[in-house]
Amino acid sequence: MTLTAKDVAEITKLLEESSFDELDLEIDGVKLSLRRGGGSKPTAPTAPTARTAPASPPTGVAAHSSPARVPATSLDPNVHDVPAPLLGTFYRAPKPGAPPFVEIGSTVQAETVVGIIEVMKLMNTVRAGVSGRVTEILARDGVLVEYGETLMRVGTA
Amino acid sequence: MAAIRRILVANRGEIAARIIRTCRALGIETVLAASVADRDSLPARLADRTICIGPARPAESYLKIDTIVQAALGVAAHAIHPGYGFLSERAGLARLCEEQGVIFIGPTAAQIEAVGDKLRARAEAEAASVPVVPGGAVDTAEAAKSLARRLGVPLLVKAVGGGGGRGMKRVDRLEDLPHALELASSEAGAAFGDARVYLERFVTRGRHVEVQVIGDGAGRVIHLGERDCSVQRRYQKLIEETPAPGLAESVRRRIREAGVRFAERLAYRGAGTVEFLVDVERDAFYFLEMNARIQVEHPVTEAVTGVDLVGEQIAIAEGAGLRLSQRGVRLRGCAIECRINAEDPARDFQPAPGRVTEVSWPAGAGIRVDTHIESGSSIPPFYDSLMAKIIAHGPDRPAALARLREAVAAARVVGVATNLPFHAQALADTEFQAGGVDTGFVARLLARENVRHG
Repeated sequence: MTLTAKDVAEITKLLEESSFDELDLEIDGVKLSLRRGGGSKPTAPTAPTARTAPASPPTGVAAHSSPARVPATSLDPNVHDVPAPLLGTFYRAPKPGAPPFVEIGSTVQAETVVGIIEVMKLMNTVRAGVSGRVTEILARDGVLVEYGETLMRVGTA
Repeated sequence: MAAIRRILVANRGEIAARIIRTCRALGIETVLAASVADRDSLPARLADRTICIGPARPAESYLKIDTIVQAALGVAAHAIHPGYGFLSERAGLARLCEEQGVIFIGPTAAQIEAVGDKLRARAEAEAASVPVVPGGAVDTAEAAKSLARRLGVPLLVKAVGGGGGRGMKRVDRLEDLPHALELASSEAGAAFGDARVYLERFVTRGRHVEVQVIGDGAGRVIHLGERDCSVQRRYQKLIEETPAPGLAESVRRRIREAGVRFAERLAYRGAGTVEFLVDVERDAFYFLEMNARIQVEHPVTEAVTGVDLVGEQIAIAEGAGLRLSQRGVRLRGCAIECRINAEDPARDFQPAPGRVTEVSWPAGAGIRVDTHIESGSSIPPFYDSLMAKIIAHGPDRPAALARLREAVAAARVVGVATNLPFHAQALADTEFQAGGVDTGFVARLLARENVRHG
């Protein structure tokens, strides 16, 4: 069997509702590591993983796929920035091809998962941190985001 | 041979700026991995790009191996330069780089492990016919007692996983040994995650002399002379110079050869330093440890050899091997370095972080200043207090010393306390001017100054 996007979403939800902070699951050589709160701990990279990381070997050509620079923080008090809780590769969906966690216009709660940040094959969930409606998505899928970089904005009005 | 076109600089402060400068000269792009506290630093402005890797606390940024490697992969860097401190001697980073196909600019993970374990390094030294301080491992209290009786007092209890003076206890009376063993072991366990300790004879009057080596990783090693780093306060080096003054030529030659032999035994790759303790009373020298990284004090060696050590590190990492032969290394004149720290000599050298409102560094013939501090720079409390290194080079020691004294007097820092007054005193001291001081010099100097100032 393989893990589907729906499975991962389901497992993520189960972890969220549980009293645990992290989950390591291995099914038929597919390893899934989930951690609450965007923290990360050093772990040996394990392959294969539930998603194929775009960790292509460095080539001079694949240069500067630099993330969109962090636009100035919105001055509107009703608009909240959702910052990257750590540096890593940002994913909008639980798996390539799966529907994104959120789209512009999606309603979110503070605890709603809005993306994943991968650090050396370890998946860290990103939460909205505030309730409201997603007004802007700045970070691109599969691209390196810096610590503190604004991933998206949520209107709270 | 893999050409390195882009380097992730995984460090901060003056060494980050120094690495970036060589990369620029070589036409290599740099990406600085910076914490939140260093986003507006001078290195961040010098680098082609800066990425923020985490909060100010080192444990959440500069010490995160996974984050550093992910950052290198994310920006498509070919190599990581770890600088000194932080992750520079963590085998875990070298290993993850090896696994991920990122070049680690430094030795192999196995070499880092070999020298990181002090007992293993001692064994390697003995195997390379390099003298070690009389002493050894102790498994039981009984074994410790009998070894201590043979060595005599004073002696040192040292942590196998320690370094830089941490996890070290001096024993002056044999009856104090059990307590010192217990204390050192529990401290070592807490600080290094390794409670093993060993005993060494304490050399009453010792000089710290180290040999700069570079190796191609295939067994060829050359040295670039030695450095004397005996001006230390609590094992923190303050003034370093090359060549080591007043060393008997036979001792100088044998130390250099021993450093090369040790690195050869490991088939060492890259730049490294083999540290020795010179026993002044016995005219003998002993292996202390090897530092598997670029050292803070490397500029004095660069001054007298004309070799860019960071450039050689990069060339070796690319697979170019050694571009120099031993005979091609010429040592010209003398170079002395002062480490300018943001710490207050009047308050027992307490670190003095803060904002530098105004700074002016010296310049002139034979003067080099490696720094990341400009007017307006902040010195965050999270990191070490090194602000700058002032290096003077001259045709001989008196000339280098005269230039350095002038340069130290000309340096001006407003906003934070610095140890500049200490350096002015040390350089003016007759004992230092005579050359060849032992590691007790700073304590003696401070005692003399206290007497003078009442």
